[in-house]
Amino acid sequence: MNGARKIGDVILKVDNISLRFGGVKALTDISFDVREHEIRAIIGPNGAGKSSMLNVINGVYTPQEGSITFHGEQRRDMNTHQAAENGIARTFQNIALFTGMTVLDNIMTGRNLKIKSTFIEQAFWFGRARREEIENRKKVEEIIDFLQLQSVRKTPVARLPYGIKKRVELARALAAEPTMLLLDEPMAGMNVEEKQDMCRFVLDTNDQFGTTIVLIEHDMGVVMDISDRVVVLDYGKKIGDGTPTEVRNNPDVIKAYLGAH
Amino acid sequence: MSAPSAKAAADTFPRLLLKHAYERPDAPALREKYLGIWQTWSWAETAAEVRAMASGLAALGFKRGDNLAIIGDNRPRLYMAFAAAQSLGGVAVPMYQDAVAVEMMHVLDDADIRFAIVEDQEQVDKLLEARESRPQIEHIIFEDPRGLRSYNAPGLTSLEALRSAGAAFDKANPQRYDQEVALGNATDVSVMLYTSGTTGKPKGVCQSHQAFITAAQGGVQFDKLVATDNVLSYLPMAWVGDHLFSYAQFLVAGFTVNCPESAETVMTDLREIGPTYYFAPPRVFESLLTSLSIRMEDASSIKQRLYNAFMKVAQRCGSDILNGQAVSSKDRLLYALGNVFLYGPLKNTLGMSRIRVAYTAGAAIGPDLFRFYRSIGINLKQLYGSTETCAYVCLQPDGEIKFDSVGKAAPGVEVKIADNGEVLVRGAMVLKEYYKRPDATAESIDSAGYFHTGDAGVFDSDGHLKIIDRAKDVGHLSSGEMFAPNYIENKLKFFSHIKEAVCFGHDRDHVVAFINIDLTAVGNWAERRNIVYSGYIDLAGKDEVVALIKDCVEKVNAELASEGELASSQIERFLILHKELDPDDDELTRTRKVRRGFIAEKYEPLLGALYSGKTVQHIETQVKFEDGRTGSISADVKIADAKRLPAVRKAAA
Repeated sequence: MNGARKIGDVILKVDNISLRFGGVKALTDISFDVREHEIRAIIGPNGAGKSSMLNVINGVYTPQEGSITFHGEQRRDMNTHQAAENGIARTFQNIALFTGMTVLDNIMTGRNLKIKSTFIEQAFWFGRARREEIENRKKVEEIIDFLQLQSVRKTPVARLPYGIKKRVELARALAAEPTMLLLDEPMAGMNVEEKQDMCRFVLDTNDQFGTTIVLIEHDMGVVMDISDRVVVLDYGKKIGDGTPTEVRNNPDVIKAYLGAH
Repeated sequence: MSAPSAKAAADTFPRLLLKHAYERPDAPALREKYLGIWQTWSWAETAAEVRAMASGLAALGFKRGDNLAIIGDNRPRLYMAFAAAQSLGGVAVPMYQDAVAVEMMHVLDDADIRFAIVEDQEQVDKLLEARESRPQIEHIIFEDPRGLRSYNAPGLTSLEALRSAGAAFDKANPQRYDQEVALGNATDVSVMLYTSGTTGKPKGVCQSHQAFITAAQGGVQFDKLVATDNVLSYLPMAWVGDHLFSYAQFLVAGFTVNCPESAETVMTDLREIGPTYYFAPPRVFESLLTSLSIRMEDASSIKQRLYNAFMKVAQRCGSDILNGQAVSSKDRLLYALGNVFLYGPLKNTLGMSRIRVAYTAGAAIGPDLFRFYRSIGINLKQLYGSTETCAYVCLQPDGEIKFDSVGKAAPGVEVKIADNGEVLVRGAMVLKEYYKRPDATAESIDSAGYFHTGDAGVFDSDGHLKIIDRAKDVGHLSSGEMFAPNYIENKLKFFSHIKEAVCFGHDRDHVVAFINIDLTAVGNWAERRNIVYSGYIDLAGKDEVVALIKDCVEKVNAELASEGELASSQIERFLILHKELDPDDDELTRTRKVRRGFIAEKYEPLLGALYSGKTVQHIETQVKFEDGRTGSISADVKIADAKRLPAVRKAAA
């Protein structure tokens, strides 16, 4: 799979991350890396700390210990705005869209960082504001075409079925033209057909734009199918890391997932 | 662009294209919505792209007599591919884009496909799969490169690359294209359309340039189509109707063909384009009306009352006004008022404001449905034809519309009824032959040149043709009375709650029926009555639903009771099938015609139960999902009796 795609150097390195909420240890001493252009999955049972890990990468949580190196820059603390400026975009486990707005407008919000014109210019829609909107709309239309959302372009998000909302969220994340995309359970709650569509979109995104993808997923079939490497978490600790085949044969992983002794 | 040489009349499609490009280079030929904006190709641009595409094909070794498979949704560039193949003296072979690889095998084999131009990754995957066992498929050319970057199969090229290779080839051999176009003959086969395969394997119907051009010219004159007309092309390109309306008539009349953005956006695109000339099978008109009624039921009571009041006016005098008949001035005034408040906005919502002529064909249309569209002022008409006759045999003339006929013989067509009731047709639009099937050709075209349509029909006193059924489907009950299953099935399908029906009765004592409910309509009906259901199977098994369908069946029986010999065909028992009939399970053809024999075999236990007097029958059925996997569903199907009425003699006139 993905024969033509070139996996590059490490662009994100997570070293000895520990995260606590009061006395609760969400993550303990986690280290792994993500290479350019790869699809990296984070899996684990409920409460394993997967979403927390994503939130650390994307600056929502600040870990008490450890460091993150992104594009050669080491840090422990970063706010979400900086993350976005650094080319990290994400989707959420529970859909977080503007439900009253149309699909088109929702995706347009993903272009927020690319808009440089001032409030006044936008209010009167002249000069830079006009030019920027046309440019951004073109980019958004390309994404609509890419994710096959043409038929719901002008539909308010509230009226859409769940599977499509998930796709709109992906579209909004893509609108920011990220170099790294964090997907929090992109296929949760979907039926077989929707899952297949989503898999195809994730693979196409990776293939077409070369976007590095870190995704959390429960469906083992999906994970094993589309990811290049997999990190396995359990109770906030890393218990496995490697290619899907390696992970599948790892006794600790089998134990965590199947409860076998 | 050089002038097409004077001696070569525009009697082939490539020459027609060059003629338009020369006479009206800047007029719009094709449109497609891309990235939310309608993109236009002028006739000159279209001709230039066709030239590049044809030259590219020539560079790859495509030669006179070769077949070019064309697979995909309606896209301007795929329509151009037809002309590109024909420019080189080749034959375009459009294939149904939703067929799975296995189904495509037969056509790929039969037509010796070496070259294919396809839309996207989906079609490329299918052809690559087919190629594992059919190595003769040498060149696969795709339009949309998405997802295909990492493919490196031999012979796989993008259309972009083909066109630039073509431009280079054209530079090196500047005379070649014009020579090839000049070599074409009007009697050459231009396109091969495959029959739907209702009976046995699909057969390739070879049609010449002349056949389709004659049919198109006839239609263009009949309905006075002009170059400024607009059509929206959204029906499969492999279907004869689309080929006639969106290709043959497009090149003959020179109007504009618009391609929707995607299959799901057709309704929006229809509104944006506002076509002046429209063609759709009855099911499209039906689903439009169904969604309209559902929305009306949810509307506020003022709107509902307005709708009901004005629809009554429309039903009373709408079609008479359209037909140009005498109507009282009070009704005329009311209708004009209704046009302002209701019909106009309604037509606008449907995207039908600008329609001058609309046609429906492919299956029988319900009288209520037909009347509805005509009553709000849409000039909807029926036509009759088949793949073998370029969809051009009978047309309904303006002002002479009968709900149960398909109209008069079209200009240039001879129609007669054989002794056994079969409709026979002769004219330039009759097929040249079935591809590589001289036996089938000999069987269908008799020594006098008449094509045997296989349909049973009668002419009424005004010379209008009325189609009853497929000639071979017309059977007899064991008592000897005539049994026309399609005729009964169509009557059933006219109810909005019934989506499909299959009747059996040949060589039996009485008629029984399998019914598929319409999930949208019955689902809505159930919601209104607070009937809880989880899905199709559950809904189909509800007693209330059985009673609802029973009511429809009994209404059909009442109609049949007054139709002479058909009175014995009243339905005795019926059941609601536990799954929807699906082309993926081979129960319907790709054009959604029921395959009665196959269904009878597949659901043998159910058929047995219908004739044995059981009231419930358990059945387990294999189903194929869209991704090709199979599963099985089981259900206890309820069987109900319907009331039959004694035959009513029509009062003697």
